[in-house]
Amino acid sequence: MTTILELKGITKQFPGVLANDHVDFDLKKGEIHALLGENGAGKTTLMNILYGLYKPDSGELYRDGKEVSLNSPKDAIAIGIGMVHQHFMLIPVFTVTENIMLGEEKLKNAVLDRNGVSAKVGELSQKYGLEIDPESFVEDIPVGVQQRVEIVKTLYRKAEILILDEPTAVLTPQEVEDLFRIMRELTSQGVSIIFITHKLKEVLKIADRITVMRAGKVVGTAIPSETDESHLAAMMVGREVILNVEKEPAQPKEDVLQVIDLKVNDLRGLEAVRGVTFSVRAGEILGIAGVQGNGQTELVEALTGLRQSTGGKVVLQGKDMTNNPPRPIIENGLSHIPEDRQRHGLVLAYPVADNLVLCNYYLPPFGVNFVMQNKAIDENARKLVKDFDIRTPSPFVPTSNLSGGNQQKVIVARELSRPVQLLIANQPTRGLDVGSIEYIHRQIVNMRGKGVAVLLVSAELDEIMSLADRIAVMYQGKIVDIVDTQKTTKSELGLKMAGAQAQA
Amino acid sequence: MEIRRYTFIALIIIVLIGVVVVVGKSEVSPGVIIVSMIATTIAVATPLTLGALTGVFCERAGVVNIGIEGMMLASAFFGWFGAIYMNTILKMGAFPSLIIGVIIAVITGGLLGLLHAVLSVTFKVDQIIGGTVINLLAVGISGFLNRQLFFEKGSIFGGQVPHAPGVLPRLHIPLLGDIPVVGTVFEQQPITIAAILLVIITHYVLFYTRWGLRTRAVGEHPRAADTVGINVYRMRYLNVIIGGLIAGLAGAYFTLESVPSFEPLMTNGRGFIALAAMIFGNWSPFGSWAAALVFGAASALQINLQFFRELIPPQWAFFQSSAVVGMVPYILTMLIMTGIIGKTRAPAADGIPYEK
Ligand SMILES: Nc1ncnc2c1ncn2[C@@H]1O[C@H](COP(=O)(O)OP(=O)(O)O)[C@@H](O)[C@H]1O
Ligand SMILES: [Mg+2]
Repeated sequence: MTTILELKGITKQFPGVLANDHVDFDLKKGEIHALLGENGAGKTTLMNILYGLYKPDSGELYRDGKEVSLNSPKDAIAIGIGMVHQHFMLIPVFTVTENIMLGEEKLKNAVLDRNGVSAKVGELSQKYGLEIDPESFVEDIPVGVQQRVEIVKTLYRKAEILILDEPTAVLTPQEVEDLFRIMRELTSQGVSIIFITHKLKEVLKIADRITVMRAGKVVGTAIPSETDESHLAAMMVGREVILNVEKEPAQPKEDVLQVIDLKVNDLRGLEAVRGVTFSVRAGEILGIAGVQGNGQTELVEALTGLRQSTGGKVVLQGKDMTNNPPRPIIENGLSHIPEDRQRHGLVLAYPVADNLVLCNYYLPPFGVNFVMQNKAIDENARKLVKDFDIRTPSPFVPTSNLSGGNQQKVIVARELSRPVQLLIANQPTRGLDVGSIEYIHRQIVNMRGKGVAVLLVSAELDEIMSLADRIAVMYQGKIVDIVDTQKTTKSELGLKMAGAQAQA
Repeated sequence: MEIRRYTFIALIIIVLIGVVVVVGKSEVSPGVIIVSMIATTIAVATPLTLGALTGVFCERAGVVNIGIEGMMLASAFFGWFGAIYMNTILKMGAFPSLIIGVIIAVITGGLLGLLHAVLSVTFKVDQIIGGTVINLLAVGISGFLNRQLFFEKGSIFGGQVPHAPGVLPRLHIPLLGDIPVVGTVFEQQPITIAAILLVIITHYVLFYTRWGLRTRAVGEHPRAADTVGINVYRMRYLNVIIGGLIAGLAGAYFTLESVPSFEPLMTNGRGFIALAAMIFGNWSPFGSWAAALVFGAASALQINLQFFRELIPPQWAFFQSSAVVGMVPYILTMLIMTGIIGKTRAPAADGIPYEK
């Protein structure tokens, strides 16, 4: 295989951070080269340089052996590079066709040639097995399909090198499978792919070669057949990482949360949770497995007081909490790690210290007679930042300045530092790197050890399998089965998640 | 949704016209009243239509422009001044003077657009503050120069307001204008006709051309536009300037088409009503125009009720007061803006400066 792209000694300094430190990287024709690294390792920065968005402070770029200099994405597109960004660059109110042609419009008599482009899109999606409807609006299609639009967008620009920046972060397991199929199809037709991720399993499954980055530097390369997860994790994090959570057998006690025939509607008024019944006991972790969009979001919102239920009952510590607002539920022992941390978990513009008292700012010692006690709030913040290893320049910077993993740690610190009886954690590690995942998993298991009842919702089967004591599988708004983790397998769960009937 | 919006608008206009027909029918035949109301509605809506189009260009590109009022006022003044200068000092004749006045007004608007672009795109000044700066600047400059140039002793016009070159003549549109009675509707002045053409052109440009696609992209998701090689700053600059040019034309309407005179503050809040029309019209050219026509109809009602003042029955004497009727367009604005009907959706990046 010929080398079609080479980066040599790329260095990029941001104020206070050396994001790329003499990075070397190369790509061969038709391969999938994975770039693995924790959040903040500098992967996106390197790719932005390759895509002409940033100028490197030093270093060279070679395409087919010739040195090139990129001043804008236009230059990168011109030498056959296409990038699918971590956060999609699609315009929700435009159609698929309009999004694809934007910047590279085809005209017919000075008017946009929508039909021409639409036909071309159809052709491309046929050729590479990327199913998309050119006429639909981007805001109406699922994330997985939006990603295909992004890929077609690069192919429309005749990309031969495709950069996928954390493409699996937003996908369901099924969508990930689909994406991998598409990636193989693309490489078989001569496209070369740079695949960025921090998920070890994916890398081992799909990559031809792996380059690992840590703190701006390349720390090593590997071939999937000659390495394994723990080795890669150690390279990524810089120390040994315990991938499988160690935990004692559960010693469940009384029921803390009882949910009886609960029914909840979604935003559009359709019944999303269609009568579920289960209970969570003190000292156990009940996992809720299921493909996203099967009612988990609505279920958790109803349990935490963020959404009204339309039927059934929620009992917490013997008290009927059905359709109570969040505050009484929290005061009755709930802690909640919400699915969307930026929207429901944090006030991003507030300093870290204030976010850390978001549920009890009005109670002594933080609030006395309507006055905030800054001294107590500051002390609390300093303690939690230290205890929970939140990486922030100070507890008083806006929370939006923190990386995703550290934002999540702020929530975890707030929710787990209070005396609670029930923890509801919804997708607590989504989008986080192994280091943070390990940390949050340990905290959740610790809570269980302290006798807290834990309800864990996750679309990652691995996470559920390794943490939960019992697993409830949700499918189309119903719990199709509740099983003991010891007595089931991943493939059995996978089938149930896909709607296969549970044996009676 | 859109159908409901337009039906609602049509209903309001029909009711407003109906009121005048009921009041005036004892003196003038309903047909004549209806035709004249429609003609007046279209004419009076002109600055609102143009102002709303200014808003459409700016906001579709992601720049909020509350300085439309000021842009119109300053252009009204400079256009007026230019026309008088050409007519009185250079003795150019009425029609050429008016044309040059219009050109000066348009350029004034364009320059203020440029100022707004510099403030909001380059210096990322809060766009509400930038717009307010323009409004204050326009009031100050037009008021000050009006006094200095026309009323000061020893000013170029010798301390008195000289003869104005009149207003732009009505155009006769062949065929349409020849229809009996109804033809009056089409006997409009050039800026009014230009406004209607601009509505159609803007719609076409926004939704069918490369320029429009890119403009909307920059207003919805500038980073996405940037990653496909579109120069966000350039698109925003040019659209805000185009908006300014259109606001300049709206300014010319006041002093060169509507009345042959300038008074301080004569735009009288119409820049803001134009903005309301744009929002009610959901940032679309035709929607904006329809909304502008509602306000136009309300103003036409006001004008006509003054005309039929004596005919207002005594139990409605309240409405004989021009102050009361004069409030109608503004009250309508408020009612409509409280969201009587329909959801509107602003461009997602409207008002947010783009940081690379
Ligand atoms: N535009 C920027 N300005 C300042 N710092 C940045 C910028 N982009 C990234 N960084 C910093 O550079 C480092 C590498 O970031 P990034 O390349 O996004 O990492 P990754 O994609 O591997 O998670 C981080 O510390 C990040 O905070
Ligand atoms: Mg990244």
